[in-house]
Amino acid sequence: MEGIYAFCVGMLTACGIFLTLRGRTFSVVLGLTMLSYAVNLFLFASGRLAINSAVILGESEIYADPLPQALVLTAIVIGFAMTAFVVILAMRARADLGNDHVDGKDPDEVAASMTLNKKGEIN
Amino acid sequence: MNTLLWLPLLPLLGSLVPLLTARYHRNVCTLFTAILPFIALLLVAQMTPDVLNGENHYAAAQWIPLLNLNIAFRLDGLSLLFSILILGIGLLVILYARYYLSPNDSIGKFYSFLMLFMFSMLGVALSDNLLQMWMFWELTSISSFLLISFWGHKSEARKGARMALTITGAGGLCLLAGIIILGNVVDSYSLQVILESGEIIRAHSAYPVILVLFLLGAFTKSAQFPFHFWLPHAMAAPTPVSAYLHSATMVKAGIFLMARMHPVLADTELWFLIVSLTGLTTLLLGAYIALFKHDLKGLLAYSTISHLGLITLLLGLDTRLSTVAALFHIINHATFKASLFMAAGIIDHETGSRDMRQLNGLWKYMPHTATLAMVAASSMAGVPLLNGFLSKEMFFTETLHQAALGSLSWMIPVLATVGAVFAVAYSMRFIHDVFFNGEPINLPKTPHEAPRYMRVPVEILVALCLLVGIFPGFIIGDLLYAASLAAINGPVPEYSLSIWHGFNYPLLMSFVATAGGLVIYYFRQHLFAFQANFSEPDAKLIFDKIVKNIIKRSTTLFNLLENGSLQRYNYLLISLAAIMMAAPLMDLSTTLGVRPELPYNIVDVTAAVLLVIGALTTAICHRRRMLALISLSIVGFVVSLAFARFSAPDLALTQLSVEVVTAVLLMLSLFFLPQRAQKQSNPRRLIRDLGISAVVGGLIGTICYALLTRPLSSISDFFIANSKTGGGGTNVVNVILVDFRGFDTLGEITVLGIAALGIYKLIARMKLFMPSSDYKGRPWSNDGHPMMLAVLSQSLLPIALLVSAYIFFRGHNMPGGGFIAGLITSVAIIQQYIAHGVDWMKHRVKVDYQILIGSGIAIAALTGVGSWAFDKPFLTSWFDYFYWPVVGKFELASAMIFDLGVYLTVIGATMLILANLGKLTTSERPIQKEEV
Repeated sequence: MEGIYAFCVGMLTACGIFLTLRGRTFSVVLGLTMLSYAVNLFLFASGRLAINSAVILGESEIYADPLPQALVLTAIVIGFAMTAFVVILAMRARADLGNDHVDGKDPDEVAASMTLNKKGEIN
Repeated sequence: MNTLLWLPLLPLLGSLVPLLTARYHRNVCTLFTAILPFIALLLVAQMTPDVLNGENHYAAAQWIPLLNLNIAFRLDGLSLLFSILILGIGLLVILYARYYLSPNDSIGKFYSFLMLFMFSMLGVALSDNLLQMWMFWELTSISSFLLISFWGHKSEARKGARMALTITGAGGLCLLAGIIILGNVVDSYSLQVILESGEIIRAHSAYPVILVLFLLGAFTKSAQFPFHFWLPHAMAAPTPVSAYLHSATMVKAGIFLMARMHPVLADTELWFLIVSLTGLTTLLLGAYIALFKHDLKGLLAYSTISHLGLITLLLGLDTRLSTVAALFHIINHATFKASLFMAAGIIDHETGSRDMRQLNGLWKYMPHTATLAMVAASSMAGVPLLNGFLSKEMFFTETLHQAALGSLSWMIPVLATVGAVFAVAYSMRFIHDVFFNGEPINLPKTPHEAPRYMRVPVEILVALCLLVGIFPGFIIGDLLYAASLAAINGPVPEYSLSIWHGFNYPLLMSFVATAGGLVIYYFRQHLFAFQANFSEPDAKLIFDKIVKNIIKRSTTLFNLLENGSLQRYNYLLISLAAIMMAAPLMDLSTTLGVRPELPYNIVDVTAAVLLVIGALTTAICHRRRMLALISLSIVGFVVSLAFARFSAPDLALTQLSVEVVTAVLLMLSLFFLPQRAQKQSNPRRLIRDLGISAVVGGLIGTICYALLTRPLSSISDFFIANSKTGGGGTNVVNVILVDFRGFDTLGEITVLGIAALGIYKLIARMKLFMPSSDYKGRPWSNDGHPMMLAVLSQSLLPIALLVSAYIFFRGHNMPGGGFIAGLITSVAIIQQYIAHGVDWMKHRVKVDYQILIGSGIAIAALTGVGSWAFDKPFLTSWFDYFYWPVVGKFELASAMIFDLGVYLTVIGATMLILANLGKLTTSERPIQKEEV
């Protein structure tokens, strides 16, 4: 089970990072959301995995670790606030700058205006 | 309170006094300003007998006990000597400045800065903790900056101030580095400990680094070659400042540091070599240049540099009495140089010029000032019966006894005599050029004597020069002995302070110096002509050039790293993180730990496959944004299932409800953002990003696996054991949130509230393009609020609210609580918004979500404050069980009120974000309908 869990965390991390490296704001927002899943799962894993042992006193023999759970619970809610903030920032950037590129400059327009872009840093 | 603590405190309070009294007459302001330092001086006088008897005073107060840091002061002989100088000369300068500053200058501001400096300098002298001393050290640089730039309308004042701050500030940073390394070596910042561990420090491999860093700090502060150039430019300050900071006290801070650390850092080849050679170079350079300065203050500035070099040289010599001689010269130099600066200020004040080519024959106009200046200048030259003579004789004696340069040691007395020759020459120039030598040329004002009380400080200082010069042992003997005792930190060798030691080499050297100086002065025209061949390097230009160069280089470097591309920063950051993570993993021999793995079944595998497919679809199809959003929701759903599976029901509930809210949020944003991104990344970049993502994903997965398969020792047993008895709840996760770690939760809901308010401000007046159709050109549906949805959601609302209330109340004992209940309520309300639209809701829900956030945080905080009423610490919880007929036994806990605060904040934040975002879609809807 642990192997599958770790694989999933790794997979979410990889997809999340790939998405945060994209050039459009919406993809970056998706990537950040994905990364926060991965981070939450990872933090949760620091309490190790346990089945049928929720930390409700008197409900089971052994208990899972409650501390990472408490930390992750608030992390989920704060994560939502952060995602919302980034989303609104992205919308605001588009409203004020007229495009949805993370650098605030649309590479198409930049390329059209200067026709030189040797490094290929923008996509 | 310990009297010692009052010493630095009084001037600190004193910096406020002039600001408060500035509106009254100058005399009142001056008088009140002088009171506090005068009291401080009396306190010093009161403690002096103890110190002279060898009893040091200590005072300490706790600062950060965990880091072993205390606020600590000590008064030993050395700090006593400096305290007397700082307070005594400070008082004289206050009196002097009263007459020096013109009515246009803000005297309150000036005195305030001056007192700030006095505070910082006393702090340097009295600190027992090296870090604390460093703080005061930097404060002296800052107050010096403020004082030099007092006449901020002059460009040279601003430039001089900036240069002084840059040089001494940079030196201060070196000193800080040195202090920290030293602190690590001896494991303490207390001077009491450090002064006793000289041998450990000198034997340590880091000693050369510590020494060089300390000396950089000392040399920059005390204007030693090659950092001397800032001092002449600091002369743009008002003359009282030059007299006080830049001759008597602040520039001696570096020397003070060397004397203070002498028992620890000295007595090595390296120390002798660096310190004595730097001192010698500075001595010669300063004395030579001083002769050619036409500006009175310029001459005095270079003479100060030269004398500071002399003291440094003495501290760098390895002879018995060099330290005593150095301390003696500190006192003497402070008295004669401060009085000379004051005299120069009087001359400037009464004639309107400081140029010695214009100033001639002032004897006739101001005989009194002239007499005082001539006595002080003679002391500077080293004429017998004056204090300058005594310390110069001691200096010559020590140069004869040293062996710092091996067989080349004979050079030092010879060069010292050369330096003294120039000292006599420039002192002669100060006397002869200014007071005799014909008539004044084109002076802006007709010279006349200064006001009576302006001359008093000079008179006092000159009287001291004479008294020390004639009765050295009686006036200064005890103080000098106590200071030497502290600086040597061991037995003080025998010495005699009498004015006559018989015919010997030092006397011969003095004679040679005087004769040589007079000869050089007599033939000065030839020397001036010779010197005119060299264009004088302007330190200001060179300094500016260097600063510009540094700025240019750092800009280049900066541009190289920061090219404005977020993708690039991300890439660099992630790569660095990958390297940092990978390095320690190499040391881990096996990934697999000893903890037995849990078995898995077909459901687990299915969920995992679903998650992987969802994640991959999101990543691959991220340009088809709707599809990406849906697959992302699948991932979130599986994550909440995972929480449920692995015994975290609270997390599962939270994740599920957040998932709903997030999906609604992203859908809304998709309406405004392009629904499809057109352009493909270039292939090279794609490969690069795929590579780094795979590497980091692999690393995280490996770490996670290694973590999961290793046994755990956790502090959670405490929470489990005390949850019921201490917090009154069986749901340990909830009890941790609202009770054990309630303070964290309070912080977190505050962050949540702030984020929501920030979003609210960002949304306000956002002008967005409203697409009238989707990317394929299909117009939006006209049936915005379908009847079915409206009816269904409306009937669901009471049930949803009931569920959330249930979840809220059972939260303390069963999965649930404020966070989850708040999210469920939000979802229920959002559904109404979706089904009916913002306009419909506007008339029905009249809650101000901002107030909801505020009241939520307030309730939570007040619950915490409430425990103060029962004399308990912040956020102490209370609970008890009650019995009501029909209802039965139930529990009441203060934590539930806290949870209510959480609940309200969560609803407020979520709704503030989504309702306002939703409003954006409707405000322009009518216009669109007209178009359609």
